[in-house]
Amino acid sequence: MKRTVLSIAIAISMILSVACVQKGGNTNGTTAPTGDGIKVGVYGDTSGATSSFGQSTKNGIQLAFEEINAAGGVNGKKLEMVFEDDQGTPEKAKTVISKLISQDKVAAVLGEVASSNSLAAAPVAQEAKIPMITPSSTNPKVTEVGDYISRVCFIDPFQGSVMAKFAANTLKAKTAAILGDNSSDYSKGLTKFFEEEFTKLGGKVITKQTYAQKDQDFKGQLTQMRDQKPDVIYIPGYYGEVGIIARQARELGMTMPLLGGDGWDSPELWKLGGVSLKNAYISNHYSADNPAPEIQNFVKSYKAKFGVDPDSLAALAYDSAKVLANAIKVAGGTDSAKLKDAINTTKEFPGVTGKITLDGSRNAVKPAVVLELDAAAGKFNFKETIYPEGMTPPATTAATANSNVKPASNTNTATKNTATTNTAATN
Amino acid sequence: MNWLKTIIGVVVALAVIYVLNEMLSKTGFFGFGVDDYTGRILVFIAISMIMATSLNLINGFTGQFSIGHAGFMAVGAYSSAYFTVNYGKFLEGTFSFFGENVAIGIVLLIAIAIGAISAGIAGSIVGIPSLRLKGDYLAIVTLGFAEIIRIVILNIDAVGGATGYAVPGYASFLWIGVFTVITVVVVHNIVKSDTGRALISIREDELAAEAMGVNTTRYKVTSFIIGSSFAGIAGVLFAHYNKFLHTNDFQFIKSFEIIIMIVIGGMGSMTGAILGAIIVTLLPELLRQLPDIQIGATVIKFADLRLVIFALILILTMILRPQGILGTKEIMDFFKRKGAVTK
Amino acid sequence: MDTFVQQLINGLTIGSIYALIALGYTMVYGTLRLINFAHGDIYMVGAYTGFILATALGFAASPSALGFAVTLLGSMLVAAIVGMIIERFAYRPVRKFSKMTTLITAIGVSLLIEYLFVFIFSGTPKAFPQLITNNTYTLFGNAQISTSQIVIFLVSIALMIALQYIIFYTKIGKAMRAVSFNLASAKLMGINTDFVISFTFALGSALAAAGGVLTAQYNPKIDPLMGIMYGLKAFVAAVLGGIGNIPGAVLGGLLIGAAETLVVGYGSYIGIPSTYRDAVAFAILILVLLIRPAGLLGSNVQEKV
Repeated sequence: MKRTVLSIAIAISMILSVACVQKGGNTNGTTAPTGDGIKVGVYGDTSGATSSFGQSTKNGIQLAFEEINAAGGVNGKKLEMVFEDDQGTPEKAKTVISKLISQDKVAAVLGEVASSNSLAAAPVAQEAKIPMITPSSTNPKVTEVGDYISRVCFIDPFQGSVMAKFAANTLKAKTAAILGDNSSDYSKGLTKFFEEEFTKLGGKVITKQTYAQKDQDFKGQLTQMRDQKPDVIYIPGYYGEVGIIARQARELGMTMPLLGGDGWDSPELWKLGGVSLKNAYISNHYSADNPAPEIQNFVKSYKAKFGVDPDSLAALAYDSAKVLANAIKVAGGTDSAKLKDAINTTKEFPGVTGKITLDGSRNAVKPAVVLELDAAAGKFNFKETIYPEGMTPPATTAATANSNVKPASNTNTATKNTATTNTAATN
Repeated sequence: MNWLKTIIGVVVALAVIYVLNEMLSKTGFFGFGVDDYTGRILVFIAISMIMATSLNLINGFTGQFSIGHAGFMAVGAYSSAYFTVNYGKFLEGTFSFFGENVAIGIVLLIAIAIGAISAGIAGSIVGIPSLRLKGDYLAIVTLGFAEIIRIVILNIDAVGGATGYAVPGYASFLWIGVFTVITVVVVHNIVKSDTGRALISIREDELAAEAMGVNTTRYKVTSFIIGSSFAGIAGVLFAHYNKFLHTNDFQFIKSFEIIIMIVIGGMGSMTGAILGAIIVTLLPELLRQLPDIQIGATVIKFADLRLVIFALILILTMILRPQGILGTKEIMDFFKRKGAVTK
Repeated sequence: MDTFVQQLINGLTIGSIYALIALGYTMVYGTLRLINFAHGDIYMVGAYTGFILATALGFAASPSALGFAVTLLGSMLVAAIVGMIIERFAYRPVRKFSKMTTLITAIGVSLLIEYLFVFIFSGTPKAFPQLITNNTYTLFGNAQISTSQIVIFLVSIALMIALQYIIFYTKIGKAMRAVSFNLASAKLMGINTDFVISFTFALGSALAAAGGVLTAQYNPKIDPLMGIMYGLKAFVAAVLGGIGNIPGAVLGGLLIGAAETLVVGYGSYIGIPSTYRDAVAFAILILVLLIRPAGLLGSNVQEKV
């Protein structure tokens, strides 16, 4: 029994000493202490299964911060990025956000990509009253966590319905097949809302198949689909898998249009998919070929810095950093309540991914563009712009605040946030 | 005298847990507080201790080769979370006349019972076939079973699927600490009992044990069921502390982590498993603090290399000290020998 | 009918890759009784080496059979060396220790390779260059086969025949069989067991690397964690066929590949979603082990207790 006593005592004294070590280790080695900069926490996956997402996000934010600091910083203060790797798991995401907030004392947090990781981490930020902007978590639930959580990307209901509209109205498709990533919340969200809208428009989803991230072979699912002869195939996934799916679909002699979302947007897509990407369309935030200076400058400097073209995650991350910097300027400092209000009232912010306005549920409301893939040239060609319901296209009136957009406070009302098509290219 | 020492030990342990719990709260313990991040790490160390101690019963003491412990944790976590999400609020109301904290405690205890039982059932499902399998075959079956559990949960939308599952945060550090102590004491008592001796005899020589009249079948299944039940409890506590569940947290890398804990600490050593749990949980977090080093124009971020360093430490430990830090000894044994000499 | 044939072709393509990796597992397990968890990562190393070779030597620009052959052999050679280094510096020092120790070492090596590659190449998937012109041929009806699939079949069969030859008709092969039969006795008979084990690792790693390049040629996406699932499934295939048994590994690989694809293709008709694909391999494994623990072709030897 002596052993029990001792073992417990030793275990607990260890915990205590550990606590002291942790307490003392407040200074973080990864950031150079440069005095009165503004610390911004960034967390993402740079070593796990989705490390490509984390890397792009980190790059985008780094680029934005460097540009802002080169221009004199915000209110005379430099922005400092404190990055922590969460290995792509919700448990670690929550751990690193508590580190960023309680140890590094960051003024605001940017991240994550995967909605599940953001959902795990967001309550920590909300409880500590530290604003968190997620660049690319599209599940409506993320910002429902509280008023300190916002995002600069579309939510799933909007993007899913955009492609359904396009398939039914522009491509005149009657039947569709969906091949979704069952391990990704993003993909499941798009699948659900595409199917709802497509059915509403008189189409029929005749077969739904799923895969898991990191799968290499999709011919099983595709062969099954080939028998059903759908007019279009909707593949709401990420470029890594999509490039291979497109290739295998064409190898099986399937020539119907392939539809996708912003997850396809990456320079690697062309190398992975090659000519198989002919006759494919995606919904996206912006078109990299858009001549607007903010887009072209971003693409150019990103390529110069990191040696690759930016993907949509990098663009969104860049925008989230710029939105945050702008809000710090508006709030006149990093007082968290003021900063939160400044972020939540962001209006018409000219980002790379469109003019960003946050609605009552702190979701970005912005039009989506449909792009046609030009496989031979390896670029996206602008096809049409689709506006969220209630947002008037700038062709008729200046796209002002969209007060009549119903706040997408839950998935049910969010589905009403459907799209109105405006084929007149206002790009 | 033994029972007196046990009582003193448990009282001391509970007092320390109480102090730690106070330190983790908003006000702190007489002004001494720890921040959220440190608190989280402490909680994960405690949960890792439960996982490591329970796996040690199967692997270290019974000598069965199970490498799918995270699967049982997932079963406990998800089954109890399903219960608290759907009935937690109702039961909290029912028991509210005891006061809010007591009501939460009762609900959590029910959740822990549910988690332990369902993980125990899962353990028996793996344990019974394990009678036919030995060594690496059993290892790969447990690994496969854990993966199947994860994939099945991923496909159940009622528990969140790929989005993740929000769970009420019933488990405070106090609860987690108490259950860590309970786990350690229970496993320790099992090991020191007749059952424990039977389990160790299976580890040392199964044929000989059987010849001596040990019902190896019964004991192997028992150790599987007890081990997995405690893993289920760890899962329940994890779920209700983390307040969010996702299958990405139960990948086979998690099972490996627990194996690494008991092997680094020393298989078949109670204190070894505890030490291993502390090291394996803490080390990757401490390595985050590594500085950047600039060589010429290139900056090497050692913090980015932390997982590489972790893997290297693991391999080197195995090469230099294959029996783990403590081997089958307990920390106290090192003190005891000294005492013997002076006598 | 043509759909079924198509699914079978799809499944056997993947199955051939599993078989190639499984061969390495089965040989290493046969000689050392070690689950080499890092074996799947060697497959990844092979694919990355192929990527670097093809890019550096300029084969990426113009597809040619020669370029493909050089890339394939080059990455097999590099992987063989990597395999020998791992064996020498990680596994040999722990060989005499308990099973648990060697297993943890294997897990450590696997993590080391993965994280090192994530650090060097970042986790972003890379596109493997097209080294052979890919055409699609129609067999009958809707059943089609592509050049890269044909290449996978031909190269795998060639490698398996070569392996069978090495093991049964060469001196070193005889030594390998002796070592796997009884390491201590082999040593007493004057066999340089260290060299034989090293050679076994080299051979197994080369086969895994060939699998890596062939897969990358077929599905041109490579990333540092691509080997984890393939490695696990290949191990399942090796156990299914009967561990230590060369034809068994091939049979196991093909069966797992086919079963997986058929579940994906037809599972939705009986209520099994296609994401259960990874569960299928493990479910088959558990069933086989319960019914016939030695595997399909394995000899029924009771493990000594």
